[in-house]
Amino acid sequence: MTVSSTESPTQRPPLADPFPEGSVAAVEQAADGHTVLTVDRSHLLDVLRRLREKPELACDLLADVCGVDYPDREQRFDVVYHLGSLEHGHRFRVKVPLGEDDPVVPSAVGIWKAADWFEREAFDMFGIRFQGHPDLRRILTHEAFHGHPLRKDYDPSQRWLLTEKDTMAPRWATEDQPDDEHMDTVVLNLGPSHPATHGTLRTVVRLDGEHIVKAECEIGYLHRCFEKMSETHGWQQVIPYTDRLNYCSSMINGVGFALTVEKMLGIEAPPRAQVVRVILSELSRIMDHAVCLGANLVDLGALTNFWYFFQIREEIYGLLEKCAGGRLTVSYARIGGLAHDVPADFEDEVRKLLDSIPKFLDDVETLVTTNRIFRDRTEGVGVISGEEALAWGWTGPCLRASGIPYDVRKAHPYMGYENYDFEVPVATTGDTYARYLVRMEEMRQSLRIVRQALDNLPDGPVITDDHHVALPPKEKVYTEMESLIWHFKLIFEGIPVPAGEAYGFTEGANGELGYYVVSDGGGKPHRIKVRPPCFAIYQAFPKILEGLMIPDAIAILGSLNIIAGELDR
Amino acid sequence: MKNVATVNVDRGPIPWTERIYLGPIVRGLGVTLRHFLRNVFGKRDVATIEWPEVKRQYSERLRGRHILTTKDDGSLRCVACYMCETACPANCITIVAEEDPEAPVEWEKRPLLYEIDLLRCVFCGFCVDACPKEAIIMSRQHEMAFSERSEAVVGIEELRQKGPIEDEDLGYRPYF
Repeated sequence: MTVSSTESPTQRPPLADPFPEGSVAAVEQAADGHTVLTVDRSHLLDVLRRLREKPELACDLLADVCGVDYPDREQRFDVVYHLGSLEHGHRFRVKVPLGEDDPVVPSAVGIWKAADWFEREAFDMFGIRFQGHPDLRRILTHEAFHGHPLRKDYDPSQRWLLTEKDTMAPRWATEDQPDDEHMDTVVLNLGPSHPATHGTLRTVVRLDGEHIVKAECEIGYLHRCFEKMSETHGWQQVIPYTDRLNYCSSMINGVGFALTVEKMLGIEAPPRAQVVRVILSELSRIMDHAVCLGANLVDLGALTNFWYFFQIREEIYGLLEKCAGGRLTVSYARIGGLAHDVPADFEDEVRKLLDSIPKFLDDVETLVTTNRIFRDRTEGVGVISGEEALAWGWTGPCLRASGIPYDVRKAHPYMGYENYDFEVPVATTGDTYARYLVRMEEMRQSLRIVRQALDNLPDGPVITDDHHVALPPKEKVYTEMESLIWHFKLIFEGIPVPAGEAYGFTEGANGELGYYVVSDGGGKPHRIKVRPPCFAIYQAFPKILEGLMIPDAIAILGSLNIIAGELDR
Repeated sequence: MKNVATVNVDRGPIPWTERIYLGPIVRGLGVTLRHFLRNVFGKRDVATIEWPEVKRQYSERLRGRHILTTKDDGSLRCVACYMCETACPANCITIVAEEDPEAPVEWEKRPLLYEIDLLRCVFCGFCVDACPKEAIIMSRQHEMAFSERSEAVVGIEELRQKGPIEDEDLGYRPYF
């Protein structure tokens, strides 16, 4: 749904006052809590700059930039910016309508560094050109790709042929740069298939001796067209896809998506489902941090901790399998609740985990936290200041390690997180060691949340009884005509999500996991844009690397926890 | 920013007790030694399973290979309604329907062809949720290896239940 009519100035909320007359075409308070500004592109930079700089607005976080295609509209594309203010807690959505023949907007890279890769993605997927962008190239697809795949008229069955000369390398990597004082510099590929990258991540670096003088990331090796596929499948069918975004904590992704669609439907999952979601999400967060730290430590030569961490993960997988029937890709969340109730011994199993996990955490703490080798190796490595990290769009544990206590669970509570007593771990040094410490403490805080949630686990259904949304219970489908009809309609027509849009964001294991969802009122999504937290984090990686050594690059990469599944989608 | 409860995890400069390295190394060796001894004598911490001799016991919700259930007379319960094919997020089910000549009522359908491409299947269980006849359920069989891609496309004969339903290694199905 787009806003085309100009509202009279008296209806505008006071937030619109800082903008000069005529620059904002329409202001609307969306149901998802965002203030939606529709702006013509000639005023875009002015409006964005004011949003960032005016103290009463202070939007310091650029969460997302994406395109949306409305083929039936005269101005076919929307460029959508999602902004947030950490200080005030308010959220803005800025939309710029663009015509098909001239899809050009000024680039916001000068205001938020975070815009860099997000704008490249919008260019790649929709062909929207960002004037003034320093390096506007394709990002998720290959350079030899033709067309823009998320446009509605793009035929996904097309195949493009790659030749050997289409190898992708940054321009600077192919030039020889003899250095007067040293030997020639050397260009080296870190990845995409290397055990230390833990995923298909490729970083091209130029080395002077062992020092990295220039670096650039090449991503998209694990691009599986998540967003394009979602547009051809029903709302509920997107849930198994979300499992494959951040596959280390698949539960959190499914819950985040379900919450966003529930927001659009105006429903809420029953209390029992909410609490179970919290318990399993927090356990998934522990699992994710365990994998991240375990892998990071094993890269630094501390193999034993990897096994202790993976034992935690193994035990949580056992619980997830008992609940959901799958270990890695759980597909347990549903729009409106959960697929089915937890097993009878759920409470005992979780209590067992609550007992066993801290023991492993203590073991790792003893081995690593006070270990001088580890501290010497990680302290002062990969330092990023809080201000810088926020400008790059960082969220989650990596941002908190730089001293900014932004946690979606606290700043914008959802699923009843406001009722749980927990603290946000913060470190100030912003280095690899700080990121380790923050993650360790976060696991303990997650255990606190799980304990409280388990003590207050209510009884009742786990999925809404709204038959427009959730499948009726099987015994009714087998025996009642009406339930069978609802069942039939839901499977064949999908959930009738009202036309509109919503941006739902939750605290994923890596930071703010956002879903920008657009519905045209049909049974299938019109557009789903995922805001993966590590996409924003990874784009700062080359800048952090400059001047450091290769072993540092491995240590930093591990501590950022880049998951290729959600990075490339 | 809203006032949030934070806990600072900074550890400051390395104190001399850690700088000399002796204390932490002894404590660290203590941890590994404890695990070692417990694993050798107590066998309490061992997380690994000696697969394939020992198999992990999964719950009855595990989503493994599908089973097409049959009625008492041995014919498929499936009525070729296409619900599972529609609900499948991976588009791995292919159904071709035909009229069932043995049906007691007129115009009853049955599947002429029912194929699942197990390499495309993501084992999400949506087909089980979608089925209004309990005609497709899942087993706990999850070790599937094929030497050719075409072998992974399984039809009615491979999928149908072999004997009494109790003898199958039942996994995800309604009520579980």
